[in-house]
Amino acid sequence: MSDRTLRIRFEINGGSGDVETHPMARLLDVLREQLHLTGTKEGCGEGECGACSILLNGRLVNSCLIPAVHAEGAKIVTIEGVATGNQLHAVQRAFIECGGAQCGICTPGMVLAAADLLARNPSPTLDEIRSGLSGNLCRCTGYMRIFAAVVTAMREGVPT
Amino acid sequence: MPDPAIGRAVPRRDGVAKVTGRARYIDDLTMPGMLHGVTVRSPVARGIIRDIRYGSGVPWDEITVVQASDIPGRNVVALILEDQPYLADERVNHPEEPILLLAHRDKQMLEEARRLVTFDIEPLDPVFTIDEALSGERVIWGDDNIFKSYLVGRGDVDRAFDEAAIIVEGAYETGAQEQLYIEPNGMMAVAGPDSGVTVWGSMQCPYYVHKSLAGLFGWSVERIRVVQMETGGGFGGKEEYPSVIAGHVALLAWKSGRPVKMIYDRAEDMAATTKRHPSRTRHRTAVSADGRLLALEIDFVIDGGAYCTLSPVVLSRGTIHASGPYFCPNIRIRGRAVATNAPPHGAFRGFGAPQSIFALERHMDRVALAIGVAPEELRRRNFIRPGQVSAVGQVMRDPVDMSAILSRALDMSSYHEKRGRFDRENVRGRTRRGIGLATFMHGAGFTGSGEDHLASIVTVEGTRDGRVRVLSASTEIGQGTNTIFAQIAADALRLDVEDIEIAQPDTAFVPNSGPTVASRTCMVVGRLLENACRNLQHVLIDSGHLTSASGDFKPACVAYVEERGTLRASAQYQPREGAHWDDERYEGDAYGSYAWAAYVAEVTVDLDTYEIHVDDFVAVQEVGRVIHPVLATGQIEGGVAQAIGWALYEDVVWREGRMANSQMTNYIMPTSADLPTIRVHFEEVPYEGGPGGAKGIGELPMDGPAPAIANAVAHATGVDVRRVPLTPEALAQMLEVARV
Amino acid sequence: MRSWLAHYEMRRAQRLDEALELLASGDWTPFAGGTDIMVLLEMGKLEKHRFLDIWKVPELRGIAVTDEQVTIGALSTYSELLEHATVASEFPLVCAAARETGAVAIQNRGTIGGNIANASPAADLPPALLVYGAELELASRRGGRRVAYDAFHRGYKKIDLGPDELIVNVRLPRTSKHFRQSYRKVGTRRAQAISKVCFAALAGVDEGAVSEIRIALGSVAPTVVRARTAESVLRGRTIDAESIASARRALSQDISPIDDLRSTANYRLTVAGNLLEEFLS
Repeated sequence: MSDRTLRIRFEINGGSGDVETHPMARLLDVLREQLHLTGTKEGCGEGECGACSILLNGRLVNSCLIPAVHAEGAKIVTIEGVATGNQLHAVQRAFIECGGAQCGICTPGMVLAAADLLARNPSPTLDEIRSGLSGNLCRCTGYMRIFAAVVTAMREGVPT
Repeated sequence: MPDPAIGRAVPRRDGVAKVTGRARYIDDLTMPGMLHGVTVRSPVARGIIRDIRYGSGVPWDEITVVQASDIPGRNVVALILEDQPYLADERVNHPEEPILLLAHRDKQMLEEARRLVTFDIEPLDPVFTIDEALSGERVIWGDDNIFKSYLVGRGDVDRAFDEAAIIVEGAYETGAQEQLYIEPNGMMAVAGPDSGVTVWGSMQCPYYVHKSLAGLFGWSVERIRVVQMETGGGFGGKEEYPSVIAGHVALLAWKSGRPVKMIYDRAEDMAATTKRHPSRTRHRTAVSADGRLLALEIDFVIDGGAYCTLSPVVLSRGTIHASGPYFCPNIRIRGRAVATNAPPHGAFRGFGAPQSIFALERHMDRVALAIGVAPEELRRRNFIRPGQVSAVGQVMRDPVDMSAILSRALDMSSYHEKRGRFDRENVRGRTRRGIGLATFMHGAGFTGSGEDHLASIVTVEGTRDGRVRVLSASTEIGQGTNTIFAQIAADALRLDVEDIEIAQPDTAFVPNSGPTVASRTCMVVGRLLENACRNLQHVLIDSGHLTSASGDFKPACVAYVEERGTLRASAQYQPREGAHWDDERYEGDAYGSYAWAAYVAEVTVDLDTYEIHVDDFVAVQEVGRVIHPVLATGQIEGGVAQAIGWALYEDVVWREGRMANSQMTNYIMPTSADLPTIRVHFEEVPYEGGPGGAKGIGELPMDGPAPAIANAVAHATGVDVRRVPLTPEALAQMLEVARV
Repeated sequence: MRSWLAHYEMRRAQRLDEALELLASGDWTPFAGGTDIMVLLEMGKLEKHRFLDIWKVPELRGIAVTDEQVTIGALSTYSELLEHATVASEFPLVCAAARETGAVAIQNRGTIGGNIANASPAADLPPALLVYGAELELASRRGGRRVAYDAFHRGYKKIDLGPDELIVNVRLPRTSKHFRQSYRKVGTRRAQAISKVCFAALAGVDEGAVSEIRIALGSVAPTVVRARTAESVLRGRTIDAESIASARRALSQDISPIDDLRSTANYRLTVAGNLLEEFLS
């Protein structure tokens, strides 16, 4: 262990994570390069696009802006942890049914943002959906099919 | 026999992979011993490279360095002309031009190395605007800064103007636009004297990359292999540019002997790669008092940046679409693409047509105002009808009723009611509301003889278990290629969509079906796929395994493969019967089919902040046949959103030829909170040349929103909009000027 | 990610005294939510190299309410502000600002202390804090002190905060409930936007005359500013077309907007005046 790195332990997707890394390494890079969880994507590296969204201690965050040291003792959920085994989350099923994913690069972050929105607000209005997802940019869909997916998931009832 | 798949919203092919994060994009791939690569770029717009310095602070002996002199073949990016080098040698012609490539296993240290390279560049005077380029005072490309020009038309424009009582003129401008796919450009390569070159990456056109790499290395094409990974958006931004980044990683892999991966970060991708061509269009129109177009004179100029790339084709499409869905007996359209010292502009959804259509549709509203005819009426009086001839001499055969399409759009948007109500309500309050329209058409497939030259091929294979694999170079980039190909093949062979596999586009295995561009994938390549499937059935019929095309494919396929090992058939594009195109005079049947549309935008303008918000958007289009309702709707919604961005939010700020706002925080695309509900309606008039009757629609939705919005803002405020993006700052200035 | 992490160092403090000890000992920059610093790190433009992570310091967290004031721990995130009942009901301008900062993911991480210390003239919270008469509590090993927020910004990125000091909390007096209040952020889009003009105002009218008036703006000067000239023109007067026009003219003495990547001086000046007029009308 070099004098610039430290050991960080956390809970991730229900299992445990244990890495040695620089404290200011981006959590995005820790996830992708050290844990090989490549579902979380880099779209901008500046906290604008939300492609890197994850849940950190139950809160939606941009993992490109989280220093690794803030993962110490934290509970992390990435896209890989959204489905339960082979059972897709209601949001994921709705995205498939409604055409919420086109090129798919924004989809992991968008699914997390939508799941987080519904967990906090089980019956959002269209305006609440719009602002709840406003930190996740999609260039392909124009957002319409994504809104439809959130409404569909909402009607199905979403696990918190 | 299963239900027909065409017309149904079958589950998206790659849906599960995408919603679970399992889909594999290029940056998700690593290889043992892999190095990272970066590009060192010119800081200035134009000059002569005198010296290169490598600062201290990194172990240069560990770093692979590639310069132009390392290129084994030709230092040329293969496209239309051969003017663009892979790496600048003596001269640079635009900011961000690649000069050196570096590779090392430590990505962060490599960034430091990139910072430590400095150049001594003797500056030369650059050209940055269309006017500077046209003036010829300073020549930066060829003899006259002109990449290409066209002159098309018919009738006697000069006489028509002499005789005309009413003439309306106007000049219109559009700005550059960044494609802003959420996945930046990225590639990975291995290269060696024995293995040849293999490249994996984000791209739309594997065979473009393939061809360019062959020239770069000076090898035969057999030694080049290009594989498309899941691609996170393209919109044209990954049509030609990938050849450049692919060549760069391949050179680094070649020199280092290791696999090399290069992923652009957002800032680099925005500043260095292609954008939509900026444009300037001048209109001069003779019109009768009762609203018939008597003569259209159009001067259309696009800024191509420093190298030719695809400017001639962008120009041709923009030129042909410049007179819109109207009939006019006298038309003259001059098109020119000019060089400036900006990074080369390139393909972006619409490809010249959004630019010329913006000008035309804004101009039509001004013509209507000038003669006191309602904007929709002016359109109705001039729509081209079956049997009439287009600007380039194509006899229009589509039995499409544009007037009905327009009526449907006006109806869905409550246009007339709102137009009147907004007029009444706009006399007071701090907001103004407006509603505006645009009518247009978009030709699908390559222009003129383009498809003939491409001569695309699709192959289908029967597998041992009676399923079918589709082999084509058409790429899934989000639009739904893989899903609709499965639908088309399933219906052609009377199988279930689940029985169709789509092979990954890998030049080692798939034939050249042409590029995934020009709204051609569904219509042209999909039709070839249909034909290939029929050819596959014929193989089985000829061999006696099937008695007719309506027989049960699966057991016949299983038996055939068991006996003979391989079941395959292909189809190649054949020139359309009865179609004539003259490349010399640039006239004839420009496109096999056109999609036709009428769009309506409703806006609110805030008079305190000058912000423009689109409150509602209606998109009505005739598309031949809707193959997949959800995917087709998604294409229109996404295209409209992208065009709203171009119209109101996306402003490239240029400083000394460089994009100064190359970060997502300062280059503004709309969020979910900014966009309106987009309401889509399809009409279907089957096109016999397309699979199931389908036409192409990928680019269509890019053409209508900007002029519809500009017209709506003009209605709301009385401001004579001439330019997009229409930013609040621009609107404030126009309103202030109006006040004084 | 363009920075070479080998050139950066980060230590973590678990308590306030530990943090202050380290700040006193050398050149350490406090690191809170990271939404500003991490962007600079990624761009390769982070000029400081030694960071003190204060995210876990408990003395900097929590929102306390007494009859007189609400005391907001410096590490309170925008989301925590939005979720706090008293802040939401009595300080709507703070909530309006918090709601318009970035989007959900940024709001979950950005902190009030970090926003103030970063001292961007375009920050969203400061105009609201100014009109509410905020006061900062600062701490260092040398002791604590209170600073009125309207004296905190001295110039572009120059704040009254020593290299050994930390912002501990922000105190808002509970005296604004009955005033007319307005907050408006004009950004490049409706979310994830840096402001072009940011306007916050609070006014009280007593028998037709302006008894209390506080106007603050962001993005129109090197720091967030109180529009004191405009305020003085309005104080004690009735609000009518003449006083509004007068205030608008005075406003141009209080602000000095510039052209930049996002907008123009002209636009900012015009819109600032429009927002003032809109508030007064």
